[in-house]
Amino acid sequence: MSYCNVKIKINGEVIEKEVESRWLLSDFLRDKLGLTGTHVGCEHGVCGACTVLLNGEPVRSCLMLAVQADGLEVETVESLAEEDGTFHPIQQAFANNHALQCGFCTPGFLMSVKNFMETHPDLPTDDEIREAISGNLCRCTGYSNIIKAVKEAYVLKC
Amino acid sequence: MKQFVGQNVKRKEDHRLLTGSGRFVADIRIENMVEAAILRSPYAHAKIKNIELSQAKDFEGVLDVIVAADLKGKVKPFTEFVEFTLPPQLEADIKPTIKKNPEPMLAEDKVTFVGQAVAIVLAEDRYVAEDALALIKIDYEPLPVVTDPYETIKENAPVIHPELGNNIQSHFQVKVGDTTHAFRQANHIIKTRIKTPRVSGNPLETRGVIAEYQERNQQLDVWSSTQVPFMVRSYLSKLVGLVEGNIRVVAPDVGGGFGPKCAVYPEEIMIPYLAMKYKRPVKWIEDRLEHMQSTRHSRDQVHDVEVAFRNDGTILGLKDQFLLDNGAHNSFALCCAYNSAAHLRGMYHIPNYDITGRIVLTNKTPNVPYRGAGRPEAVYVMDRIIYMIADKLNLDPVEVSMRNFVRPEQMPYETGIFYRDGANMVLENGDYVKSLQQAMKIAGYEEFRQQQEEVRKNNKNIGIGFSSYIEGTGIGPFEGAAVKVDSTGHILVGVGSSPHGQSHETTLSQICADVFGVNPEQVSVRAGDTSLLPYGVGTFASRGAVTAGSAVHGASKQLKEKFLLIAGEMLGVTIDELEMQNGKVYVKLSPSQFVTLQEIAQAAKPGPRCKVPKGIEPGASATYYFVPPTVTFSSGFHVAVVEVDKETGFVDILRYIVVHDCGRVINPKIVDGQIQGGVAQGIGGALYEEIIYDKNGQLVTGTYMDYLIPTAMEVPEVEMGHQEFLSPHNPMGIKGVGEGGAISPPAAIANAVCDAMRPLKIEINTLPISPNKLRSLIEEAENAESVLK
Ligand code: FES
Ligand code: FES
Repeated sequence: MSYCNVKIKINGEVIEKEVESRWLLSDFLRDKLGLTGTHVGCEHGVCGACTVLLNGEPVRSCLMLAVQADGLEVETVESLAEEDGTFHPIQQAFANNHALQCGFCTPGFLMSVKNFMETHPDLPTDDEIREAISGNLCRCTGYSNIIKAVKEAYVLKC
Repeated sequence: MKQFVGQNVKRKEDHRLLTGSGRFVADIRIENMVEAAILRSPYAHAKIKNIELSQAKDFEGVLDVIVAADLKGKVKPFTEFVEFTLPPQLEADIKPTIKKNPEPMLAEDKVTFVGQAVAIVLAEDRYVAEDALALIKIDYEPLPVVTDPYETIKENAPVIHPELGNNIQSHFQVKVGDTTHAFRQANHIIKTRIKTPRVSGNPLETRGVIAEYQERNQQLDVWSSTQVPFMVRSYLSKLVGLVEGNIRVVAPDVGGGFGPKCAVYPEEIMIPYLAMKYKRPVKWIEDRLEHMQSTRHSRDQVHDVEVAFRNDGTILGLKDQFLLDNGAHNSFALCCAYNSAAHLRGMYHIPNYDITGRIVLTNKTPNVPYRGAGRPEAVYVMDRIIYMIADKLNLDPVEVSMRNFVRPEQMPYETGIFYRDGANMVLENGDYVKSLQQAMKIAGYEEFRQQQEEVRKNNKNIGIGFSSYIEGTGIGPFEGAAVKVDSTGHILVGVGSSPHGQSHETTLSQICADVFGVNPEQVSVRAGDTSLLPYGVGTFASRGAVTAGSAVHGASKQLKEKFLLIAGEMLGVTIDELEMQNGKVYVKLSPSQFVTLQEIAQAAKPGPRCKVPKGIEPGASATYYFVPPTVTFSSGFHVAVVEVDKETGFVDILRYIVVHDCGRVINPKIVDGQIQGGVAQGIGGALYEEIIYDKNGQLVTGTYMDYLIPTAMEVPEVEMGHQEFLSPHNPMGIKGVGEGGAISPPAAIANAVCDAMRPLKIEINTLPISPNKLRSLIEEAENAESVLK
């Protein structure tokens, strides 16, 4: 078995660790770092539950090896709220709009939406939001409250 | 006093789930834990001739490899879930044949479906466990495979379980009135075959089990992603032979269930057994590929239906013979099949009815109930029939429906059959006529018809379709709640239900808060844990709000009564001089005299300072089990407005409307969320989702690339209208709402597509309505038309 040393900035903190080179980034985050907010729904790159930001870009952590994140910066759902538990505006908007039921898909949506809002600073149309979240599956909500939440997040952030 | 029932109280579940601090099974890690991976059968039907394990066992990091032989005499097979056996009066009425159909934990000498578990590897981590799976060598001898429900009932079909004699596992008939006579009276008879394919509930979190055994006190702790922790505990105790009181089963945060997690699975028995055997915590997390193969599927019914009606559209009688293809096993008695039979007539008054159901076995994954549980299949049949009658008579389908509805003045309406719980099936209240009118008003039906004509001239095909459903919700046998006030005055509620997205922590705290006159923030609700109560049932069948809600209501009221008695003792007044408000008990005529919940709770403690009146047990808690007399009937209408692209066969849903009655609404946002989410799954079933097996029993749709779950691009926002007919069967008048959203979309959308294509007279009697299927129907119809010309 081959091992590598990786140095990754995760949620603002630099982590150096030895990792088996075949380990997925999702497993590394969850099992080795205890960041279990990133969920694994399909492990084949379709559901989006495992979405994290890599240097600000959304990626599916189930399709990446941990070693590929070496030298880069990773943000997970655990980075969103303030230390005292105060919600990030996107989280607040999700709570206000009942945009989650079981909550399993939610971390992936939050990370996708964070990147979308950063790259699309002006209030998007419903169709643009639908497209932006179409890479994330939710089996519970039927999406319409998620779309409302994204719109409200735009209002809350200013 | 402010009431919280009926308000959009924000969810208590959200903070942890939004911050990534929820705790799902896969998130749990225990010191010294090993991980399991499961080898599953690649064959649909084959003899196991030899298993060679030595290489896998010797692989570094492997603790052991377990096969069926290792479980012999230690773990019994599943036979049937007694929770689903028929009540005696129903059994006497329909005289079913139900053959026992035991399912081994691990395949023994043969496999009967692709995905059946054959061996388990325990290893230091999942990666190593999967490496070792590849080293297990099994010598299979393929046997003839049967995957078609009609093939499997033929005399010469390969018999899957020889001890059953043939592949027909169950058979029953339900009869009301005299169909022979009714069919003689009819002006018209339509006969057709209508099929709802096999689908998979696909909660976004797969299944998973962790178990830890502590030898020092024989305590077995199990965490499972289940809807029914009490059932898991019960079967674990029965099949492994353990003291039930030593087992605690917890369903932590659960990422959706929808029915597939309401069965007890082999893994939920074996993983705990292995944790005991090896004295190490064991974790097994299913991956999605396993989930598609081995987590139970659902639906898969074919109905051969005949309907007799008069020139004015009045239905006189209905006959139906249907097959439910249950895959390789059935442990759920007649659950979905009988639901289909009981619900098929829906809201319609059809006095002569004769339906025969057969549950047949094939070499596919076994089926269990999935959101709707037999009702979407029945509704699809009935509402396609309504549209076919309308077509035949050249009437508006709304008119045909209206002509046949059970009317408000006929309620409570005796359907003439038993419900699955053994009670007479009675539609207690509702106004179907008004409800359909309301739905059509929201849809703008009249204007739509005009617009439809207009755009047809431009070769644009839009259509409108509706579907109706009734649903017996809140099935028993019971649900429990324990309410207590701790010495800080905080209220703790424990329930036997087991939520996985239904927001019980929020809604049940609203119910309790109203009884005590406090804010829901002062109430904490815990669920999904067998240590909370001696008995519990679980969350499925749209029963949570009805049964757990009523149990919380009952327990809260009992405790409130007790608190008033204690307060009377503390204040030196009688109980009728007191009232409870804002977390305090006041003397009505002298409000400055009061005691707080906290003070009362402290005065309830046993000991010299106890103020509990003589003859009553000390303590600040009450437990109540709600036993519903029978189910309560929710109902609703769905209307779909679609556009069909004739060239591609692609269906676009332009609008979707739901008008429904779920009795008393506890939290409107949460109810609307259940509907919207249910509709999304129903749209999946209508347009995209199908579990497909090839002739050899290989699963063709085994990934999310082939099994299409609707995304935000495919699901419109549902426009909703509400009716509120309170149920007479529980104190708050609640009816269940969890499944309603998923029941009607296939029928509503199929009807809308047929309506859009009306000039071509297309009949859509199978699902999903995929572009290629629709395209070939259009092509056939066009060819037929040009031949006529
Ligand atoms: S778990 Fe990564 S996309 Fe589904
Ligand atoms: S909230 Fe359950 S999958 Fe999205």
